[in-house]
Amino acid sequence: MTILFMLIPIALCLGAIGLVAFLWAVRSGQFDDPDGAANRILIDDDEPL
Amino acid sequence: MSAQTLTLGGAAIPLRPGGASRDASAGVSPFVREANGDRHLELIVRGAKCAGCLAKIEGSVSKLDGVKIARLNLSTGHMNVVWRGPLSGDAVAGAISDLGYSVSAQTTNDAAKDAKKEERRLLAAMGVAGFAAANIMLLSVSVWSGHGEMGEDTRRMLHAASGMIALPAVLWSGRPFFSSAWSVLRKGHANMDVPISLAIILAFTASVIETVRGGPHAYFDACAMLLFFLLIGRFLDMRLRRRAHAAAQDLAALRNRSATRITEDGVANTVRADEISPGDTLLLASGERAAVDMEILEGFSDVDESLVSGESLPRRAGPGAMLYSGSVNLGDALTGRALSAASTSMLADIAQMLEAGEQRRSAYRKFADRAASLYVPFVHTTAFLACIAWLIAGAPVGDALMIAVSTLIITCPCALALAAPVVQMVASGRLFRSGVYLKSGDALERLATADHVVFDKTGTLTLGAPVLKPSIAALSALPDAAKLARASRHPLSRALAAAAGAGDIAQQIKEHPGLGLEGIIDGRACRLGSAGWVGAETRGALGGPSVWFALAGEKPVEFRFEDQLRPNARRVIETLNRRRVDVEILSGDAPASVEAAAKDLGVERWRAGATPQEKSARLETLREEGKKVLMVGDGLNDAGALALAHASLAPGGAMDVSQSASDAVYTGEGLDAILTAIDASQRARGAMLQNFALAAAYNLIAVPIAVTGHATPLVAAIAMSASSMAVTLNALRLNVRREATP
Repeated sequence: MTILFMLIPIALCLGAIGLVAFLWAVRSGQFDDPDGAANRILIDDDEPL
Repeated sequence: MSAQTLTLGGAAIPLRPGGASRDASAGVSPFVREANGDRHLELIVRGAKCAGCLAKIEGSVSKLDGVKIARLNLSTGHMNVVWRGPLSGDAVAGAISDLGYSVSAQTTNDAAKDAKKEERRLLAAMGVAGFAAANIMLLSVSVWSGHGEMGEDTRRMLHAASGMIALPAVLWSGRPFFSSAWSVLRKGHANMDVPISLAIILAFTASVIETVRGGPHAYFDACAMLLFFLLIGRFLDMRLRRRAHAAAQDLAALRNRSATRITEDGVANTVRADEISPGDTLLLASGERAAVDMEILEGFSDVDESLVSGESLPRRAGPGAMLYSGSVNLGDALTGRALSAASTSMLADIAQMLEAGEQRRSAYRKFADRAASLYVPFVHTTAFLACIAWLIAGAPVGDALMIAVSTLIITCPCALALAAPVVQMVASGRLFRSGVYLKSGDALERLATADHVVFDKTGTLTLGAPVLKPSIAALSALPDAAKLARASRHPLSRALAAAAGAGDIAQQIKEHPGLGLEGIIDGRACRLGSAGWVGAETRGALGGPSVWFALAGEKPVEFRFEDQLRPNARRVIETLNRRRVDVEILSGDAPASVEAAAKDLGVERWRAGATPQEKSARLETLREEGKKVLMVGDGLNDAGALALAHASLAPGGAMDVSQSASDAVYTGEGLDAILTAIDASQRARGAMLQNFALAAAYNLIAVPIAVTGHATPLVAAIAMSASSMAVTLNALRLNVRREATP
């Protein structure tokens, strides 16, 4: 039973990391252009290394 | 490359019906903003569809001197360019139009920015509610599966943990509902947000009490899940409205919104239309569209006012005459004085009509709100009666209250709140892709119920540009007449030139405004213009505009023109007639041409020469007769009628005022979009009614369960998610069925 006092906060922390990542993504405008994001991955960077 | 642009020599030129073609990449410079030494420009790029377009456009702009940021948003077509140095805005736009994409400047407006912020806030609220719902569900499942075995302390601890997760979610994610409910309650009304807020607050409070008491039933999971589902609906609604709004603004930005201002020392420079203040002296070049209302100071010219008055023939204008914004100067350059927007009686009247229409619209009650007004008293009375009945039956006060609360939670209109927005989202997404931009979700409801269609003629049923009527005499004289006509911008000359095709032009051509053209072909003098100008005897008007051509010493030949109907106009009217929808034409044009068009289309009811006031009055009469009128129009003179109609549509080439007064804007040459919009709205209405039926059926099952005291948190969770899924899937069916029968 006492293990719950550890497990529940750990589970919540893991979830919270995901939530924070989502909120950051929303704030930084990553959901503003879903089509562009899907297509940008196809662009080749032809510049030599 | 979009359908409405034509690429010539690498530059994209938008084709405007009835207007002048002008290189769209010119006139972008006034829209450049300066901040901290950087120059910012926001552009609308049309035709970019794929990764290749994206790479080409961003690549070519980035290569320009001093460009720091060049980023194109593929979803909206908006491009943001930031640079430092002497590069001009036109050069940036030119680099894109050279690739074959049409480009125009966009003004940043605060309303759009606020809407974007609001959308992000809703998305974040949805994320928080989703996080809370998932985590509380995790704990709730252990409570439910441990039922009978779990100790009271453990259960209380799990409930307390759930409550701690639910608290911030309810406080933060619930704000949109609480504030909306509070604002209508203060006015003494009720909308869907009232029972939603009440259910959330009650569920949370009851669960806190239950946790403190150590009872078995806490509804924290229901609270968070409810919020999550409802926020999905709210977010879809918001995104739909923002997208539609942005699309309408982009259409407006396509048109020329810069003007040439002449300073006191005689220097002409290009400025943005919104920078012009009343009293400024403006130059309206040949072929240019007036960006603001003005009074002519100098010059004589023919002016195409088809967008303003519906009149299909050009009007002579000279010093002292009024030019409304949207008029096109066909002849010589004019100088004029800018007038303030509300300074003319016609515009003031139209503004008044728009306001009246706006009030009428806001008084329209949406299906969802009408459903809510039936639903709210029913649910609240049921919960109250259930509580009394249990008390009379001898249940303890606490249990009786808990049953009332669980009734409110389980009947919370989750499905009802999703029923309309999901359908509207799917339906307008489909319409969006076929080029119909809806302004709001309730426009769909109003479109679906329209039973009487009123069309404007010029520019709506017709293309708004004259086309030569073929006859033997006309066709034989056409090649010579075209040699003169090719040199003029007059719409009738352009129609002649278009009928003749490419060819050479006559020598020593002179244009005499208001009369016609003269020139020399093979050493013989010739004239093209009015009957009086060429010395012909008129046999009286036979309807439709005409122009005369005479070679020296020969008999003058008459060319007749008609304003050609839009492709499929006849078929659209026939379809409407077959569906028993009354069709009527209400035009500001001359009777002869309106009658011809009405006869051609098989429309019995028509009226010509209608002023904006008469148009509005006609719509009022129809409304008093109990008709639900769909108005389709494009001109400034239609704006009042568009705003007053039950539902309204405007073509993409319409005036800004008319576009903003109407429910939807459609693009494309043909009128098919009107049928598409009506069909889609009727299907959407069907799906919406089905969804409301589903929600009602859900309540028929859920209410007895709750009233009899069987609504445990587990039952509530299953019932709520099942009903929400059912309405969402039913709405998505709209997409599937349409694709099966294209």
